[in-house]
Amino acid sequence: MRNPYRSQKIAFFFLFLATLLIVVPVGLIVIVIIQKGLPAISWQFLSDIPRQGMRSGGIFPAIIGTLYLVSGAIIFALPIGLLAAIYLSEYSKDNLLTRIIKLAIVNLAGVPSVVYGLFGLALFVVFLKFGVSILSGSLTLGIMILPVIITTSREALESVPQSFREVSLSLGASKWQTIRHIVLPNAIPGILTGTILGLGRAAGETAPILFTVAAFYLPQLPKSIFDQAMALPYHLYVISTQVPNVDEKIRYGTALVLLTLVLFMNLVAIVIRYKFRKKKKW
Amino acid sequence: MKEKIITKNLNLWYGAFHALKNVNSNFSANRITAIIGPSGCGKSTLLRVFNRMNDLIEGVRMEGEVLTDGINILEARADLVVLRKKIGMVFQRPNPFPLSIYENIVFGAKIHADNIKKDRLDEIVETSLKSVLLWDELKDKLKKPALRLSLEQKQRLCIARLIAVTPDVLLMDEPCSTLDPQATARVEELMRELKSKYTIIIVTHNMQQAARVSDDTGFMLLGELIEFGETDKIFTAPKDKRTEDYITGRYG
Repeated sequence: MRNPYRSQKIAFFFLFLATLLIVVPVGLIVIVIIQKGLPAISWQFLSDIPRQGMRSGGIFPAIIGTLYLVSGAIIFALPIGLLAAIYLSEYSKDNLLTRIIKLAIVNLAGVPSVVYGLFGLALFVVFLKFGVSILSGSLTLGIMILPVIITTSREALESVPQSFREVSLSLGASKWQTIRHIVLPNAIPGILTGTILGLGRAAGETAPILFTVAAFYLPQLPKSIFDQAMALPYHLYVISTQVPNVDEKIRYGTALVLLTLVLFMNLVAIVIRYKFRKKKKW
Repeated sequence: MKEKIITKNLNLWYGAFHALKNVNSNFSANRITAIIGPSGCGKSTLLRVFNRMNDLIEGVRMEGEVLTDGINILEARADLVVLRKKIGMVFQRPNPFPLSIYENIVFGAKIHADNIKKDRLDEIVETSLKSVLLWDELKDKLKKPALRLSLEQKQRLCIARLIAVTPDVLLMDEPCSTLDPQATARVEELMRELKSKYTIIIVTHNMQQAARVSDDTGFMLLGELIEFGETDKIFTAPKDKRTEDYITGRYG
């Protein structure tokens, strides 16, 4: 006779092992980066420009550059993504065109980021003559995070109960009034969560900014949206592979700043979602 | 008796399904009319014709005439905003918005007019809540979330929210089906009080409720309005065999 409890125990053990394997790399990455990077973190490191061919000094221009790019991306992507999500969830009928649009969004999410970089180079930098600039980089990142914003916003809008829309319409509200006063306010936490997750992704990507905005070494702050800028992920790439004899401390310190930035955004998204779940009662 | 809503040869299809068949009826002002019938007979569909809520469903097609105050509301150019302001609906499940009690009631008023003064809104909240007999209970809790109220209070609040947009007709789609018997009795009492000001049409599959609360009753079966008349007559001396069968509980 086979013992069913023993095979169950073995199965549970492997399931647990598989789950544990997910935690291990995350934990290791965080630990290694904190361990090696933390000694580099100082006010000077965060606020100074890179010096001696990026072998000392700080990473301030890269931090600012990344913040500019992320802000630029949200300015382009949020309005377009939100309006598209409203159209898809509230207005569009299920026909061939909508299905093509939805398919396009799914595919957009699957495009490799380096392809976005090339696309940004061809369209914004060369064809529209924005040059290698913050504008080109923000637009490229914006397009990259559009699918995330559209998909999460649509889910947020569609999770608002149909009965709310019915009541609002039955009280004589127009469709737009219903969306504006009932659907959107109840979907905002979900939309915010998706947007922040998209931004976290934009902040960490190297490939899309490689050809469109990133400067190898620019020890001053950008003065307009048509300037080049340094950015954290690209800076990390440069000091890790392109510049010899960079102190390990500086490399891991840069990685730590980038990781903290992205994790912080994700944390904000999680907090918003958590608070909203607690409040929601329908 | 003044006629408020008249249907003439009303037909409705959901795609290929013929849901309402040649419905001819007269709903009188300041009376409560109950529409009864087994599940799927089209009674809710008929109710939702009157404020054009069926338009939300894809593939709906309607023929015939539905007249209210001399206007055919089925015409393509009928103004749905005006129509729904005049003919309001109370739903089966109490469905207040996740807003405060106050904001729920002023929602309609704010939608229909810009820049209403705070005093006027306060007044609307007070009269609406008074007309559903909730004012004394809730006057100190107006800023509280409406979702925390009891089911009965929620349903009363929904009626108050509707009254705040000053309709003529109240359509009620099984308004008591989620309430316990005591709460049901109180809401029925409220309906009797409201009928002096409004035309009330209630859909119910609870025949006792129809008998208790309504002045007129229509019996529907498989999309047809089988019999329509004063409630006393329908329940004591139905003309049609099918009505009699339903009322005496032979099917349904």
